Amino acid sequence: MKKKLLAMMLTCVMAVSLAACAGGDESAAEDAGAAGETAEEDAGEDAAEAEGETEGETQEEGGVLVMATNAEFPPYEYYEGGEVVGIDAEIAAAIAEKLGMTLEIEDMAFDSIVTSVSTGKADMGVAGMTVTEDRLQNVNFSDPYATATQVVILREDSDIQDVAGLEGKTVGVQLGTTGDLFAEDIKDVTVERYNKGFEAVQALSQEKIDAVIIDQEPAKVFVEENEGLIILDEAYTVEEYAIAIAKDNTELLEQVNAALAELKESGKLDEIIGKYITAE
Amino acid sequence: MKEFQESFYLNFIEDDRWEYIVDGLAVTLKVTFFAVIIGILLGFLVGIIRSTYERTGRLKVLNAVCKAYLTVIRGTPVLVQLLIIYFVIFASTNVSKELAAVIAFGVNSGAYVAEICRSGIMSIDIGQLEAGRSLGFSYWQTMWYIILPQALKNVLPALGNEFIVLLKETSVSGYIALGDLTKGGDIIRSRTYDPFLPLIAVAVIYLALVMVFSHFVTLLERRLKQSER
Repeated sequence: MKKKLLAMMLTCVMAVSLAACAGGDESAAEDAGAAGETAEEDAGEDAAEAEGETEGETQEEGGVLVMATNAEFPPYEYYEGGEVVGIDAEIAAAIAEKLGMTLEIEDMAFDSIVTSVSTGKADMGVAGMTVTEDRLQNVNFSDPYATATQVVILREDSDIQDVAGLEGKTVGVQLGTTGDLFAEDIKDVTVERYNKGFEAVQALSQEKIDAVIIDQEPAKVFVEENEGLIILDEAYTVEEYAIAIAKDNTELLEQVNAALAELKESGKLDEIIGKYITAE
Repeated sequence: MKEFQESFYLNFIEDDRWEYIVDGLAVTLKVTFFAVIIGILLGFLVGIIRSTYERTGRLKVLNAVCKAYLTVIRGTPVLVQLLIIYFVIFASTNVSKELAAVIAFGVNSGAYVAEICRSGIMSIDIGQLEAGRSLGFSYWQTMWYIILPQALKNVLPALGNEFIVLLKETSVSGYIALGDLTKGGDIIRSRTYDPFLPLIAVAVIYLALVMVFSHFVTLLERRLKQSER
């Protein structure tokens, strides 16, 4: 009996240690990275200070900047040939380049992005994310890098004429997006929260819901690709996108803001946005 | 402790966020309940057809149909089946999401119940069937009065297990924007960005549901055992 118990306990121990191994790659790499940082900080402090801008923990060569996003949001981020591309991906790549780091993109559910950033699973959230009160309580935001509009998508034959006409209707949104937050405030509305924006649009074209509230740029793409859908002329709200960064990582925040300012000044930011969004 | 209180307030009290959990729980229970009923009806029907074919060689065509059903349903993930039912099969009709979920989970569960039921029927000695027939019962009478009652008793633990799995599987119904218990927790999480309390609360509720359910199964098993002496 005792032997059995011992065997069971050993099995448990093995299982746990195996599980630990599974996640080991990352943490080992991080450990190595952290060791590298301290070594570099000790040895090269003077040098780093002399360089001015380029000091700091994230500066050793080969550092990885992990970006959390939800790659179902064209043209800001979407998959093309197995890679996440789009405005946010390019801006993040430009920032990483300025910081001398390699960018790593993690695709996840939109409502998990802020949590990943605040718990340190990702360094920054770049996902066409609007600054809101609730989000500010959990993460810091960089300076805005783009303005965005929330719009309403309808079927062509819809009897809804304006934003006020949404009262009492069934509105589809993507869970956790600003569209979701705004939709709740409409009177007598039934909000249906889909995990993905395009699923809400799909439900709309299948007449399961009456309207979809979503950001303008993805809305344009969705309407283009689905017949029989239109965007309501009246914009729902106007807002600004920014990059989410963990509260305790003020250093990265400053670096990102500096990099963003440089990108704005050099015109690179407009260039990236212009590449994906053709001016009307 | 104070932190916990604040977090609790933020996640459940503020803006009446607990309603997401309660509404979600109601949806989860409703979907599970009706899916279980569909699962039992469909499962026993298919299970009886399959075992009849195995024992007597009758119902050849029906058996082939049932086999195809089992292969497809057991060979694909329930989430994919749910999405297909909602976005493909009911593409042109405005079906209630709860109905789509009930059908998806019911049809899915039916396949597993069918195999459980078949194994139960096959576990009853063929001598019982022969005895029934020699006493003048028809095949279906023997099945109904002699074999099924015994088979049911044998498969009760496996059936209970299947329904526990079904209850937990409904947690994927958030994919068709159905506000079930898990989705309720997700909505809170998407508002407060606090992963801890909403997820733990949802997990505890599932656990409690399963514990209550297994308790009833145990009671039923005990009651059915009384006839063994």
